[in-house]
Amino acid sequence: MTDIASGPAAPGSQAGPRPEAIKAIPVRHPWRWVSGALVLAFAGDIVYTFATAPDLRWDQVWKWLSGRLILEGIVITLELTVLAMLIGIVLGIVLAVMRLSPSPVMSWVSWLYIWFFRGTPVLVQIFFWFNLNTVLPHIGIGIPGTPLHWQESTNLLISAFTAATLGLGLNEAAYMAEIVRAGIISVEQGQTEAAQALGMNRLQLMRRIVLPQAMRVIIPPTGNETISMLKTTSLASIAAVPELFTRSEQIANFTFLVIELAIVASIWYLAMTTVLTIGQYYVERYFARGAQRELPPTPFQRFRRMLFTFHAPPPPVPDVSVSFPPGRR
Amino acid sequence: MSAGPMVKAEAVHKSFGRLEVLRGIDLEVNPKEVMCMIGPSGSGKSTFLRCINHLEKIDAGRLSVDGELVGYRQRGDKLYELPDREVCQKRSEIGMVFQHFNLFPHMTALENLIEAPIRVKKASRSTAVAYARALLDRVGLADKTNAYPKQLSGGQQQRVAIARALAMDPKLMLFDEPTSALDPELVGEVLDVMRRLAQDGMTMVVVTHEMGFAREVGDTLVFMDGGVIVEAGKPRDVLANPQQERTRSFLSKVL
Repeated sequence: MTDIASGPAAPGSQAGPRPEAIKAIPVRHPWRWVSGALVLAFAGDIVYTFATAPDLRWDQVWKWLSGRLILEGIVITLELTVLAMLIGIVLGIVLAVMRLSPSPVMSWVSWLYIWFFRGTPVLVQIFFWFNLNTVLPHIGIGIPGTPLHWQESTNLLISAFTAATLGLGLNEAAYMAEIVRAGIISVEQGQTEAAQALGMNRLQLMRRIVLPQAMRVIIPPTGNETISMLKTTSLASIAAVPELFTRSEQIANFTFLVIELAIVASIWYLAMTTVLTIGQYYVERYFARGAQRELPPTPFQRFRRMLFTFHAPPPPVPDVSVSFPPGRR
Repeated sequence: MSAGPMVKAEAVHKSFGRLEVLRGIDLEVNPKEVMCMIGPSGSGKSTFLRCINHLEKIDAGRLSVDGELVGYRQRGDKLYELPDREVCQKRSEIGMVFQHFNLFPHMTALENLIEAPIRVKKASRSTAVAYARALLDRVGLADKTNAYPKQLSGGQQQRVAIARALAMDPKLMLFDEPTSALDPELVGEVLDVMRRLAQDGMTMVVVTHEMGFAREVGDTLVFMDGGVIVEAGKPRDVLANPQQERTRSFLSKVL
């Protein structure tokens, strides 16, 4: 051992002087420049073609972009998105827990539900709910053999909006169930055991221990589902729900500005999905607490730091032993 | 608390599929006693430990804690499975410490400690917090109250895990290889906590590979192999003067 200890890297010995930093001429990549230029030229051409298309009335696009009918459509689109996702998430969690239940009946019912609603198109499902009144003029609920009974006309009960919400929400639940199930399965078995050993029951350990950790796996795809849902609500146009796409179509029908109104709708869909994408980033960050020692800075924080330390030396490596709990600044 | 043994096992059998992991375990752990269990991996020590708080169901034999059967109630000569509620209630009286700590990563150290007292024992938040702080202080982590598990070293995590189990005021503590996942220099701090717990009179069953701890702290030492108890006795006697060939060959490899 002594011969190692007396070597040049012996503990406690002084580190040698730091040699000069490497300065080398970087490898050139001419083809990167060529391919980059080609792609840019192609993309630029597409934009130019549309921007200067003689029959495309851009003035009408800008005019209708903030039209009252369009803005009302946006409100309906957002309502549909929120309600359908709420139904999807709540029912999805229930279905996922049922699927993992020790009771075979629960598990099978959940499996069947997912099989059915994933296996048929949403468009057909919305269509189904919208036209239910043609076969079932009344819908009721009651306990047989008792006077406890209630029924209502299907037309009153299921409006076009309700039909679309049901179609979108019930369909979404099937997808959410699989996402939630994947999240639950991803939580280590040891977590369940630790909670059980403390005497927690199934409900408590699900709600307090497993689901919060499953969130980290559940949130990113749920964000994707929400973004996807926002666009899928345009299918509600089959039930004539006056959402964004229906409205833009209706306007196009009397102004004959078909592509212009499609562009208007697209701009709004893009704007809304962009906002959702940013929201998703922050929600993911919140649920990552405890998973990392310190949360990474947000793009905004990084930008600010870059502004102030642009020419400054790199910040010192933070001492992890005294790092603060994440998310509490 | 009844006057009898805290843990009593009679001919406990357990199989996983066709693999028989426990093939007739008989033992008793008296109140305030520390029993250490050693043996090669796959010998059934951890499985037996998990049977004590019903994380695993036994297939045959009788296993009781504090005079009551684990997982069943006997009426006449019939056994009735306990409903989940009662299984949970009994588990809440037994603390368990795992090899991989299994702290709840989304909660701070303090939150880990108060979760079960508040949810399971319905303690008030202020009582639970006060007790949790005292326990964290007792395991030397008063300054880590608000740290998340990821921010703690392995030894610190295991001490939080011990405190979490103690927060339920258990009458029995089970340790499943509590130092096996730790870097060597962190083992001591965890064993210190366990030693003090033993001195305070906690009844403990410890599955371990720390022969030093077993010798100093253990009241009895059990050597298991192949699902049976090969040898049991005072730790000093078993370690210094093993009677069975299998014990001798195992000890020669680990000591």
